[in-house]
Amino acid sequence: MSNSSDAVPDPILVVESVVRRFDGLVAVSVDHLAVHRHTITALIGPNGAGKTTLFNVLTGFDRADAGSWKFDGVDVSGWPAYRLARQGMVRTFQLTKALAGLTVLDNMLLGASGQSGERIVVAPFRFRWRAEERATHERALALLDDFGLSARQRDLAATLSGGQRKLLEMARALMVEPKLVMLDEPMAGVNPALVQSLLHHVQRLRDEGRTVVFVEHDMDVVMSISDRVVCMAEGRVIADGTPEEVVDNQAVVDAYLGQRHARAR
Amino acid sequence: MNWTGILSDGVRAGLGINAAIYALAAVGLNVQFGYAGLWNFGQAGFLLVGGYGTAIAVSSWGLWLPWAVLVGIAASILLGLLLGVPTLRLRGDYLAIVTIAAAEILRIVVNSTKVQSVTGGPQGIGGFANWFFDHNPIARGRYGFGTITYDQRQLWVTLVTWVLVALASVLVALLVHSPWGRVVRAIREDEDAVRSLGKNVYSYKMQALLLGGAIGGVAGIMLVFDQQFIQPDLFQSAITFYAFAALILGGTARILGPILGAIAFWFLVEGADSFLGNAVDHNFLGVGHLVDPTQIGTFRFVLVGLVIMLLVIFRPQGFLGSRQEVMLGEQ
Repeated sequence: MSNSSDAVPDPILVVESVVRRFDGLVAVSVDHLAVHRHTITALIGPNGAGKTTLFNVLTGFDRADAGSWKFDGVDVSGWPAYRLARQGMVRTFQLTKALAGLTVLDNMLLGASGQSGERIVVAPFRFRWRAEERATHERALALLDDFGLSARQRDLAATLSGGQRKLLEMARALMVEPKLVMLDEPMAGVNPALVQSLLHHVQRLRDEGRTVVFVEHDMDVVMSISDRVVCMAEGRVIADGTPEEVVDNQAVVDAYLGQRHARAR
Repeated sequence: MNWTGILSDGVRAGLGINAAIYALAAVGLNVQFGYAGLWNFGQAGFLLVGGYGTAIAVSSWGLWLPWAVLVGIAASILLGLLLGVPTLRLRGDYLAIVTIAAAEILRIVVNSTKVQSVTGGPQGIGGFANWFFDHNPIARGRYGFGTITYDQRQLWVTLVTWVLVALASVLVALLVHSPWGRVVRAIREDEDAVRSLGKNVYSYKMQALLLGGAIGGVAGIMLVFDQQFIQPDLFQSAITFYAFAALILGGTARILGPILGAIAFWFLVEGADSFLGNAVDHNFLGVGHLVDPTQIGTFRFVLVGLVIMLLVIFRPQGFLGSRQEVMLGEQ
């Protein structure tokens, strides 16, 4: 196992000995994993390697049977999902969860944190939250513009295409103003014409000073935008390093990439 | 056939006290089911604790009626907490099972002779609402238009209940058109997405359950005020399903849906009753051979059921609902 991440001076996410079992089957058993701040880290590995389970555990959507993890210097092990999101760690889902019955704009407005109008005792008094709502509105419209969705703001999210829903989900996550964005297969099922646009947005997240972790199967995508690559197999991290280090790693070739890819390099 | 008589019987009921009470119960269900997507199948239980809370506070503790009403509302909020704490973290169907069971258990418990000294058991409690009727400002007489009239007592309790329906609807309208309402509607769509955006889903579901339950409690209080009497049989689980029928008839997740639905529901029930009574008397279309007068009370629900079935087939969104939203649920 590669331990190059130990040298990281300022990791935003540090995972220690996290284990998740399902009826005796060990789905995740990660001894150590650190995510560098301001980087794009790709999480790769064969189906069933535990990538999504690790995502779910770290973001509070599943519980860990053992282990701990620190986000931005705070021990957040076992925190519920909503607290982790408020702390600045926001995820998207493999199967897109656009809120189909809400308009595109409402999807965006929902993402903003700390809205006083979301408290039931304040909500009936519009004058108490009108100014705040207007500011949220402007922020949402700016992001929708960025993501090329502003023409659809009044439409129900149900009317968007698969790729547009992925874009909406990413834009909505940004409304939370996250430090770390965790994208579970952001390119899956996306029309090739939109893939470039999504990649561009992922890179912009990093350039704006955020950190991105994403699960991806397409090695061309992984190689083109990642700063770091982590490969999982059978619940464990089998490699962790730069993209070049990881694709040349024999364990990765054996478990995931296969001989064809190795020869091609 | 006395068609104007049938129509005026329907209209009298559609504007009457039962429609107002069911409208209130359905406004509560609309918060829970229509907006937040919570399956409360025990609204009858919330009406029950509201009614019994008020009646017992007067009869056993000797409280002034306005305070007793607050006790009744507090009791329905407490019931919401008891049912919500264990179930709202689980899948939606658990809430449905627990609420319907709780409503039945409550009805059986207050009926028990073990607690007869407090609840009156099957005999119930009477006389607790005198203060309400002593303060009726309406002079003795009959009020209304044409053949649709109410006496001063009916008019008082009916007017107060409709005012409460209006107040509850205004509060719900303000809430659902706020950021709070946006979170709640989003939870109906997909809880996990809302969680991932940093919202405490459990807390919002609890708030919606308690708000809808409190409104149901007020409906129960007005129900027993109207009867001037409380007993377990007033709180059959049919109340819940009639209120759901009214809500779906009017259109879920619409402010006026439960109100319009309750009016239509009671118009249909009493209109069907009156129609059958006339039809049996005049042997209209041979109905006299099918139904005898003692069966009308039951048979009218066959007609109501038929009308609701036709509505759900041809207009699944109800009178006011959005067809697009209803169809989304099918995906």
